[in-house]
This record gives sequence, C-alpha cells and structure tokens, in this order.
Amino acid sequence: MPRPPETNPGARSPAAWLLATAAVTLAPHALHLPLWMSGLCALLLAWRTHLLVRIGAAPSRVLILALALAVAIGVRYEFGHFFGKDPGVALLAVLLCLKQFEVRSPRDVHSAVLLSFFLQLGLFLHDQTLLIAAFALAGALFATVTLLRLQDGEAPTRESLRSAGLMMAQAVPFLLALFLLFPRVPGPLWGLPADAFSGTTGLSDSMEPGSISELILSEAIAFRAEFTGAAPPREQRYWRGPVLTAFDGRSWRAVPTLSTATPPYTPFGPRYDYALTLEAHNRPWILALDFPGPGAAGARYATDLRLLADRPVRHRTRFALTAYPETPVGRFESPGALAIARQLPSDTNPRTVALARELAEGAPDDETILARVLDHMRELGLVYTLRPPLLGRHSADEFLFDTRRGFCEHFASAFVVLMRAAGVPSRVVTGYQGGEINPIDGSMVVRQSDAHAWAEVWLDGRGWVRVDPTALAAPSRIDAGLAAALPQGELLPLMMRPALSWLRAARHRWEAVSNAWNQWVLGYDTLRQHELMRRLGVAEPDWRTLSALLAASTGVLMLLLLAWAHARHRAADPLDRAWDAFCAKLARRGLPRLPWEGPMDYAGRVAAALPTRAGVVRTIAAAYARLRYGGNGPADPAATRALARSIQRFKPK
Amino acid sequence: MRSGSIRERFARWLFRVGPPERAPIVLGQRRIFVLPSAPGFAFATALLVMLVAAINYGLSLGYGFVFLVSAIGFVSMVHAFRNLLGLSITPGRAEPVFAGEVAHFEVLVANGREARRPGLRLCRGEGCSPFSLAPRQTAGVAVAVPTTRRGWVRLGRVILETTYPLGLIRAWSVFVPDARCLVYAAPERDPPPLPASRGDGLGTAAERPGDDDFAGLRAHRAADSPRHVAWKVLARTGTMLTKQFSGLAGGDLEFDWADLPAELGEDGRIARLTAWVLAAEARQQPYALRLPGWHSETGLGGAHRHRCLERLALYGTRSDAAPA
Repeated sequence: MPRPPETNPGARSPAAWLLATAAVTLAPHALHLPLWMSGLCALLLAWRTHLLVRIGAAPSRVLILALALAVAIGVRYEFGHFFGKDPGVALLAVLLCLKQFEVRSPRDVHSAVLLSFFLQLGLFLHDQTLLIAAFALAGALFATVTLLRLQDGEAPTRESLRSAGLMMAQAVPFLLALFLLFPRVPGPLWGLPADAFSGTTGLSDSMEPGSISELILSEAIAFRAEFTGAAPPREQRYWRGPVLTAFDGRSWRAVPTLSTATPPYTPFGPRYDYALTLEAHNRPWILALDFPGPGAAGARYATDLRLLADRPVRHRTRFALTAYPETPVGRFESPGALAIARQLPSDTNPRTVALARELAEGAPDDETILARVLDHMRELGLVYTLRPPLLGRHSADEFLFDTRRGFCEHFASAFVVLMRAAGVPSRVVTGYQGGEINPIDGSMVVRQSDAHAWAEVWLDGRGWVRVDPTALAAPSRIDAGLAAALPQGELLPLMMRPALSWLRAARHRWEAVSNAWNQWVLGYDTLRQHELMRRLGVAEPDWRTLSALLAASTGVLMLLLLAWAHARHRAADPLDRAWDAFCAKLARRGLPRLPWEGPMDYAGRVAAALPTRAGVVRTIAAAYARLRYGGNGPADPAATRALARSIQRFKPK
Repeated sequence: MRSGSIRERFARWLFRVGPPERAPIVLGQRRIFVLPSAPGFAFATALLVMLVAAINYGLSLGYGFVFLVSAIGFVSMVHAFRNLLGLSITPGRAEPVFAGEVAHFEVLVANGREARRPGLRLCRGEGCSPFSLAPRQTAGVAVAVPTTRRGWVRLGRVILETTYPLGLIRAWSVFVPDARCLVYAAPERDPPPLPASRGDGLGTAAERPGDDDFAGLRAHRAADSPRHVAWKVLARTGTMLTKQFSGLAGGDLEFDWADLPAELGEDGRIARLTAWVLAAEARQQPYALRLPGWHSETGLGGAHRHRCLERLALYGTRSDAAPA
C-alpha cells in the first residue's frame, strides 16, 4: 500500500542532499559492483529522484524489505559468501539506495549518512587515485551538507554549502596533524579474507609460451625507480624477477631456493643508489636491479640472486636499494644447483637436442659452445614479433626450425634448451628490461609492457653470465625498447605508437603528479613517518612521542579554532558598524551600552554621565535611531556616511 | 527521593546553578557545556570501525578519510559552542494565570552577532521550544510552565541548547532567569450567587428604570428575572439570553472573608472569593474585597481585579506583599 507523500518541504531538503551524497558515493563503485547491482542502484536512485521532484508516494515498507532480502540472496549467490570486502561493499551500496526511501526521522538520515561514510571509505579498497579521492571528498561534503540541512532547514542552499565548506577547511589542519603524526600500524591486524588482494597483475613464477606477451599489452606501472645520481645505461637495466630453472618441455618453473640476510656475492664495480617503489603484486620478489648490494632493509637475498621481501608485497612499497651491475656472481655455485641447470626432459625437442650436440662437438670449453650457439641462432633469421604463432609440445623445435617467429620468451626458452642439450648449465630469468625516465619528475617508470625474459649461462671461472638471446634478432629491444624492436605494421600497445607522442607527454605529466601522490600520500608509512620526524629533529620517534606531538598539535589547533569562535565579526552594515564604533568609544570611557538598551535610553544615560557631551551624544543617537528605525527600506547611504563621520570626530573625553 | 536530591545537588555543583541570576545573562565560555549527542557517539564508534578497516587493509587514503571526518566532528564541536556563545538572555513578561492553567514565560534571547543562529532550543523540564535567530535579532521565546498552586511560580532552571551544525554535538547552557509569574487561585467551579449588595440588593435596580442602559447579552442563569430575558432572541435563535443593563449594576457588592462559612476552609474561601470577583467583573458590578488585615476600595476594571486576585493568590503565603 503506498504511503502518503512527504509534505513537509523542510524534511525533503536533507533527503535531496542525501540522494546527491549517495549518487556521488556510488558512481565509482558502479564499475566494481556486479552489473545487476549497479543497475539496481541506478534504478532506485532514479526512482527516488522522481519521487522527490514530483512529491510522489513513497513505496511501502514491505516492498523495501522484500527488495533488501532479495539483494542479500543475490549477493550470497554472486559471491558465495557474505564476508570480505566485495560482498560487504555490495550489500552496503544497495542498503544505501534502499535507505533513501526510509528517511522519516533524523535517526534515519544519520544512519544513511553513516552508511555513505563507510562506502566512501570503501572506494579506496579498489583505487586510491586522486580522482577517487575527489569523489570521496565530494561525497563527504554532501554528507556534511545533509547533516547541516537536518539541523537548519531554513538556511539558503548556498549558506549550507558555505558552512559545510568552512567546516571542511577548518578540518584540514587537524587532518594533516592526524595524518602525519598518528602512529602507523604496519600490516593487517589479523588475517584478511582471501579476496583482500585479488586482481593484481605481474609476473608469475612459471612461464610458458605466451605468458609474457600477454602481460606486455598492459600499460600498468610495475614499479618506479628514483636514482640518486645518473641512471644506469639502458643495456644494464635488467630488473630481476623469478628465475626459472625447471623445464618440462613446454613450461618453465622456479625451483625453491634458500635466502640469506647478506648477498651471496661480493659487490664490485660502479654503484647505483635508488629508491624502488613497487606496486602491489602479491608476490615476495622485489624487482631489484641486477645485482642488489648489501643492506637492503626488510629484504633477504635468495641464492638465485633475487631480492625477496619479508612478506608478499600487498601494498605499494618503497625500498631503498643499491645495485652493482658489474658484479661477478655465482662463481662458486653448488654442484647440485648446476646439475638442475643442465636437466632436460628426454623426450622433447629432439631436433634442438641434435643441433646442440652438433654445435658442441669438439668445443674446448663452454664459452666456445656459447659463441657457436649464438652465431647459429643469429644465422637462423629469427623474427621478433608480439604475435608469434602458437607452438605445440616441442616448442623449441618448432620455434627454431619451423615458425622462426617469436617473442622474448621463445628466444630465451629455445636458447636455454640448446645450451642444456650442449651440457652447459643455464636458466631462464624473467623480470623487466628497460624503463622510461619521466621528464617531469625524473623518476624511471617501468611498466608491465617492459616485462622480459632472458637467460643466464654458468661458465667456469666467470659464474652466471647474462645472455639475452632476444638481442640477436632485435638488438633495439634492449637499446631502445619494444616499440623500436617490433617490425613495421605490428600492432603496438596504444601508448607506444610514435604518432601519439603528445598523448605520451600528457601521460608523463599526469604520472608525475600521481607519483608524488603515491610517494607522499599513499606511501606514507612507518618509514616515511620516521624519516619526517627525524627531519623535524625527533631522533627516536616511538608511539609515545608521536602521541604527545599529536596531542600538542591538535591542542594548539583547537585553541586557534576557539579564538576564531570568540572573534567578534565586524558588522556588515555600515550603519551598524558606525554605531558599534560609537558604543566602543563610550565603552572605553567606562560607559558600555547594555545589550537591551535602545539608542535613546543609552544616550540619556550617557548624557547624564557626561554633561559636557550631552548634546552631541543625543544628536548622534537620534540620527542613528532615525536611520535605523525610521524608514522602511535600507538606511540612506549619504546620511549614514554623515553620521559615520560625526561619530569618527566624536571624542567622549 | 534521596537519589533525586543528590542528582540535583550534583547538577547544582556541576552547572553552578544557584539562585536566580540578574539579567541579562550573557553566555560566556565558562557556562557553555559541550558533549557528543547520541548520534555523535554512534559516529565515533563507526569512525573507530572505519579506522580499523583502514589499518587492516593498509589504506593510506582510508586513514586520511577517517581523519577528515573525525576532524569535521571536532570542528562541529566548536561550531556548536559558537552558536551559543555571546547570546544574552533577559526574562520578559509573564501574564498571570489561574492555578491549573499553563503559565507562559517569555524569555528574550538576543543575538548580537552579524550572523544567523540556527537550531536553538529553549527547554524547561521535558518541553522544548525550537527557534532560530536572524542576525542581530532579539526574539521572545515562550516557555510553558504548568501550574498547580496559587502564588508565585518561578521559571526556575532553563536550558538553552543546540545540536547545530551536524547534530553530533550538543552544546548547552543552564541558567535560572529571575522570572516569576503570578498564579491566581483557581475559582470555585459552581459558586453560589453573589451576595446581596450593600443597598437593598438586586431588586433596587428594577425600581430605577431611568438608569437602565442596555449593555449586552449574556447566558441565562436560573436566578435571572424573567423581565430581563431577551425574548426576541429566544424566538429567533432558541437560545435563552439575559439582557444586561449597566444601571442594573448599581448595587455595590462587598465580598467579606468573615461572612463566608468557616467550614469552607482557607482555600475554599479563596476559591469562592476569586469566583465572585470574576463574576462581578463579568457583570460589570463594582465590588469591594475584605480580607483579614486588608480591604480594598469599591472598584471595577482590570487594575482593581488584578489587585484583588493578587491578594487572594498570595493570601497566607510568605511573599504576600505585592511587588513594588
């Protein structure tokens, strides 16, 4: 049964603002909610808008309840459970839409505003960009206006907006103090639901033909590096990810490794200092530049030369690192590890194995074999392409002898198969190669499209030596990046097309802004907090010092705010301003006007106390009374100015 | 109740509320109190949950958002405080009422600021009167106080409160304005007819027809003479009314405390005398009132009525002296 429409226009005003709050809050959520829920929310909000504009009858409570129940069942069906962030956010979103129809009492409005606050926080579960922050901020502003209109429905809309804006502006100093000084708690307080870190992209610890070329289409940023001095030359920018040693004929997998607190090698050669800001990829490896020097905080050194974080990187994290690209590594590799690096499944790639045996024939050492294999591969005329033909079971055979077209993973895989068949220990290394310096802020940006696979060969006396077989076919891949290496006509990821350079420039600018945002706002953690405290002169900032600082700064801010509350504002009206000045002059003389005293009464009292000034005082008071209470409209400006002048001249002494 | 008295004493100590204060009462920093309201506590709890979520998911912006909303809460505390700061309160007039009626005290609240003061409430006991003040406006706010006994009733403890701007914080101030209202005794419901006048009673009026001046109509009472029934009106409307003549009021009345039967008791006598004063006023018949230790001249009209009713209201109470 439809209920009667809300007739009180004052009650409609918070409802309209609540609707605006919900719309702003839910708009970015719509991209992440299941389609049917986004649609339902949009429908409900549109219906609500219609009811508010046309003052229609609200739907019955039974219908609302039934809808809520149906949505709960739908969520259970969609997500399989109620716990975790995604179903939680979905439920709250629909509840906020349904609550729009249930705003009869102030209490309803309060609970709806609370819901909207939760959903504004929920926006950050998906995304913490500047744009999303702007949406959340707008949502909070509208929610504040909703609460204001609930208390004061008579105010004009502009005044409500101004009051809410003023309160937000006054809140900013508190926000800064709290944000900078609130002791940061690293890591989750308890185990998170399984879906907490779903949907992150990046390398995995296995590789099969096609896995990297899929990744390379993504323009997402993998990490950023800021070098203190010059960046290393492009051909040394190898950022090490998973090292793949186990091969089953088609796919490569990593083998478990040990890790130690210090590097298993002695750093040598030029040193590069840099800060690496790694995007969350939910894996432990830090994509450090070959080869990380000692002293990396919060990381361990794996025997396969990777740098590993103490726990999977689930948030954008900043590491202060060093790199020594010319360090000789793995000279004293264990025989066990070398044995694994020689294994090949016996029944795969027969043609490649035969070729390798032929090339290794009569070679005095492994270095000769390496040279011969590289020469042979160069002569084969292999083509570097983003869209290689699909390969079957004998992937190396098909690539080297039949299709001859492949991507970096094909080159690396085929090369390692050749080397192993020739008896030389070798392995595939995945990671990123290259990186582009953003001219705006000078940081190096490495994207998923820079993902790469190369190889390492173990040579007696030299240890593990990096060999990049892709360079044989497309040397420019290493020197100039993917776009230069691919043949003409190959479909590049949008941003890599040379014609769109202006778009790239705009992207540089935007990414510099968001990098600053990431570094200073999103990346503000315990480390940064301590760094800032040290700069401010606090040597050992523990939570007690931070709390004391926080209390002191909020105290000072509160006092400032109280001073603002006490400040007497100057009268807006020139006539009142003049009269206030007159009263202030007399107050200094010890004759303050009492709040309920009219001008004539006051003048009478003052005249009695100051007989020499009686005439002037009475004239001024009479002029003020005439101007203030005499006419119907606003006071005559000329007469007001004359009065102000005579008040200015007036001396009570 | 003992606990009640302890609570009262606690409130007296906390809010420094004592005897009535001199007007004007200006709300300064020391007498404005600020605490979260019930929705305010709900918000604080929700913010705590949100903070835990931000910590758990490591949302840097989540921290920022929770801090922003909390800071808005802090700021709203100062705004609520500021909404009361500097208001000046002066008690206004309160018209006398009869016991059992509701006394309406007027309290003048003055806003000296060049800005609106929205969402104010003046509360006494359970009842609150909401109001807003325009810039520099002084408004009279009526506070209703139910009365039960004759005599002076004081306005007592009044609370001026606001939950502006966000409803999360309640700011209030407690004060005792120096305002009192006279409560007349409740008149006897069905009083006996007025006593005979000092001359020859009501009948004398009929022997002086020359003085008869038609003064109006009133509801017919059984004791009225049939000669004064407005027959034409009865024929037209079916209502029995009595014609009143000013000349008829010629006989002056005297209501004497001593003439009333002793079994009525003090309150009974006061109720009857009050009823007679009202009846005499309704009939426009001059009357005099004689109480132990006091008597009035013969008179009629508002001032005389008030003087007599006031005497009756205050009879036997401590403050039976009329205010200057």
